Amino acid sequence: MRVSFTVNGRPQQADDVWEGESLLYVLRERLGLPGSKNACEQGECGSCTVRLDGVPVCSCLVAAGQAEGSEVITVEGLAEYARQRSGDALPGAADGAGPHTGEGAGLAPVQQAFIDAGAVQCGFCTPGLLVAADEMLERNPDPSDADIREALSGNLCRCTGYEKIMDAVRLAAARQAEGA
Amino acid sequence: MDFLRPASWEEALAAKAEHPTAVPIAGGTDVMVEINFDHRRPEYLMDLNRIGDLYAWEVGEDSVRLGASVPYTRIMENLRAELPGLALASHTVASPQIRNRGGVGGNLGTASPAGDAHPALLAAGAEVEVESVRGSRRIPIDDFYTGVKRNALAPDELIRAVHVKKADGPQQYSKAGTRNAMVIAVCAFGLALHPRTRTVRTGIGSAAPTPVRATAAEEFLNAALEEGGFWDNGKVITPSVAKRFSDLCSAACNPIDDVRGTASYRRHAVGVMARRTLTWTWESYRGARRATEGAA
Ligand SMILES: Cc1cc2nc3c(=O)[nH]c(=O)nc-3n(C[C@H](O)[C@H](O)[C@H](O)COP(=O)(O)OP(=O)(O)OC[C@H]3O[C@@H](n4cnc5c(N)ncnc54)[C@H](O)[C@@H]3O)c2cc1C
Ligand code: FES
Ligand code: FES
Repeated sequence: MRVSFTVNGRPQQADDVWEGESLLYVLRERLGLPGSKNACEQGECGSCTVRLDGVPVCSCLVAAGQAEGSEVITVEGLAEYARQRSGDALPGAADGAGPHTGEGAGLAPVQQAFIDAGAVQCGFCTPGLLVAADEMLERNPDPSDADIREALSGNLCRCTGYEKIMDAVRLAAARQAEGA
Repeated sequence: MDFLRPASWEEALAAKAEHPTAVPIAGGTDVMVEINFDHRRPEYLMDLNRIGDLYAWEVGEDSVRLGASVPYTRIMENLRAELPGLALASHTVASPQIRNRGGVGGNLGTASPAGDAHPALLAAGAEVEVESVRGSRRIPIDDFYTGVKRNALAPDELIRAVHVKKADGPQQYSKAGTRNAMVIAVCAFGLALHPRTRTVRTGIGSAAPTPVRATAAEEFLNAALEEGGFWDNGKVITPSVAKRFSDLCSAACNPIDDVRGTASYRRHAVGVMARRTLTWTWESYRGARRATEGAA
C-alpha cells in the first residue's frame, strides 16, 4: 500500500509498504531517515521515539498505515523544529538542502547540551532521548529531576550513562531559561 | 494482509461484520509487538485511529463514559478526580511513549490478567459498551473477563466505550514490580471505598487466570465496617479486621509460578497490598470526614 505523511515538515510518500510494517521501518528503510534507531521493536527501549502529531511515541509500535496524513518529527528534524519553535528562520532553508534529513541544519539546543555534557557514549539511545527530552522541555521549561526521570523513563541507555543524560537535560533547561 | 481504515464508527462496525477475523488496532502497543515478532499475521488489520468518538470522554452524573481509545496520558491528566483508581493505574503503565498511545479499550481487548486497567475498573465498578451491526450491549465488568487473554466480545463486536462509576470515596492502586517504570505487574491490587453505598470493592491483577475481585474479602469487610459503625464513627480500622481482610484477599488469588514471580510471592504480596490500600483509603476517608465535620 501507499502511505503519505509529513516528515520533518516535508511531504513524503512511501510505496509498496507492507500492511504490517511499522512507522519505524518506513522511516529508516524507505525514506532514508536512519536517525530513529531500531533496537527492541517492542516498545521497551524508546530508541525509536518520534513525535506523531506532536506526541512522543515508539515508532516501532505505530503501524505505517496509522501514520497516514499525520505529521512526524524525527531526530533529523529536531534542529529545524526547535528553530521554528523559537521563531528563528533557518538561513538557506529555501534551497531544499535537507533540513528534513538533518544535514546542514545545525543542532537543536538539546543536542548541543548532550554534547557539552558528555551524555553520548555509543549514541544508540541518543536520538530517542533527544526527541523525548526536547518534547518535555517544550511542555515543561523548568523541570525537576523527578520530571526529567519520568519523561525519560521510557528510554533505555545500554551504556547506562544516565547521570550525564540528566546533566544534559538540566543544562538544556538552564540555557533555555537564559535565552527566554 | 489488508489494511482497513474506517473513517467512522459505522464503517468500522460494517467492516468488522464483513471480516470478523479483522484485528482492530488502536494504540498498537500490544498488536504491533505481536506483528513485529511474527506471533500474529492477521488477514486484516483495522485501524481505529480515525474514529474521533473513541478518543472522547464525557463526565456524567454517576459515571464517566470513556471512549475506548482515550490514551492513558489523557486519563491521568483529565480524570484524576472522577476516576482516581484508574488514573493511578494508568500512571503505572509502561512509559510516557506507551501511555501516549495505549488505552483502556486495548487493555480490555487483550484482557491480559496483568493489564493495569482491570483491577481499577473492577474496584470502581464499570460496564463495557460493545457494539456490532446487530446492536449494542453493555457488559458488566465482572462478566467481561472469561479466561486467560479472553473476553466476552463476539467476533463481530467492537468496544466503543467503558462506563466507569465516578468515585464517591477514596481509591487506590498498588502494583508490585521490579522498578517504577516499564514493568508488567508481578501482581496488582485496586481498592475503592464507596461511602454512598457503604461498600468496599476490590480488583486483583496478575494473580489468577483473569483479573478478579476478592468477593469474600469484600463481604467480610462490608459486614465488619457496618457492624462496628465505622462509616459513621470514622474510627481506625481494627488491626484484626485489616488482617482478616488481607488474608481473604490472598485467598482470592489463584496464581501461577512464572518468570516474574512465584505463586506464593503473589499471594503474599496481594495480602500486603490489600492491607496497605485499605489503610491509605480509610485514612483519607477519615480525613475527609473530619474536614467536613470541622467545617460544619
Ligand atoms: C513496552 C510495553 C510495556 C507495557 N507495559 C504495560 C503495563 O505496565 N501495564 C499494562 O496494562 N499494559 C502494558 N503494556 C500493554 C499495552 O500497552 C496495554 O495493554 C494497552 O492498554 C493496549 O492498548 P492499545 O490501544 O495500544 O491496544 P492495541 O495494541 O491497539 O490493541 C490491543 C488488543 O485490543 C484489541 N482492541 C483494541 N481496541 C479495540 C476496540 N475498540 N474494540 C475491540 N478490540 C479492540 C486489539 O485488536 C488487540 O487485540 C505494555 C506494552 C508494551 C509494548
Ligand atoms: S525499538 Fe521501539 S522501543 Fe525499542
Ligand atoms: S549511549 Fe550507548 S546506549 Fe546510551
